[in-house]
Amino acid sequence: MSAQTDKRRPYVRPMDSWWKRDPFFVRYMIMEATSVLVALYAVILLVGLLRLSQGEAAYKGWLEALKSTPSIVLHVVILVVFLYHLWSWFKVMPKTMPMIFVDGKKLPAETITYTGVTVAVVVNVIVLIILV
Amino acid sequence: MKRSNAPLVWSLFGAGGMLAALVGPALVFVTGIAVPAGILMSQDLMRYQRMAGFAHNWLGKIIILAVIVLFLWHAALRIFHMLHDFGIHAGAGAKLVCFGLPLLCTIAAIYWVLMI
Repeated sequence: MSAQTDKRRPYVRPMDSWWKRDPFFVRYMIMEATSVLVALYAVILLVGLLRLSQGEAAYKGWLEALKSTPSIVLHVVILVVFLYHLWSWFKVMPKTMPMIFVDGKKLPAETITYTGVTVAVVVNVIVLIILV
Repeated sequence: MKRSNAPLVWSLFGAGGMLAALVGPALVFVTGIAVPAGILMSQDLMRYQRMAGFAHNWLGKIIILAVIVLFLWHAALRIFHMLHDFGIHAGAGAKLVCFGLPLLCTIAAIYWVLMI
């Protein structure tokens, strides 16, 4: 693919920042990027698990770190990202699952998305109630 | 024919994505905001004795592992595909990092949860 040796100089469509060309691609990239903070949250919990296995003093250190302002600000950002994940997960669900037919008609994408989002919101509320 | 490991990674991705949608926001709010800041919830909720007790029984161990491990594998597959989207082609190095790290974390999580 070296441009110098090729006398034909064929047009190669540039792929730099391709995802900025279309708002659809931008939304796709935001959805994919949520994974970075999902991974970060899993690592925070993993560290908590390690500290818990090391005993009370170690675990208290982890809890103190969670109480710091930067940590709380970070978790607010992580919370927003998880909420976006919740929405985007069910937004693409009609495309990622097999088609469902009801009375010979394809189940509309909106029905799948809104059902999924509703179920997820209910489950989250139940988890909150259990944890309190 | 060489068996593909894609279905395994994909099912971990799907399970992790579903779990992150169903319980993720509630968990992040409780463990990262409400309990540490003491707003709406007591800071006592995550005290050592309570969490160690939770991690002590097998159901607690499974819940802890499911959240950490499935979230990690979900993220791993997306990050792996994101590298491709940014023009970094999926070679052995990218695979080693994107799937090796979550594998290490999975082994560590199982080891640590069993130590409690």
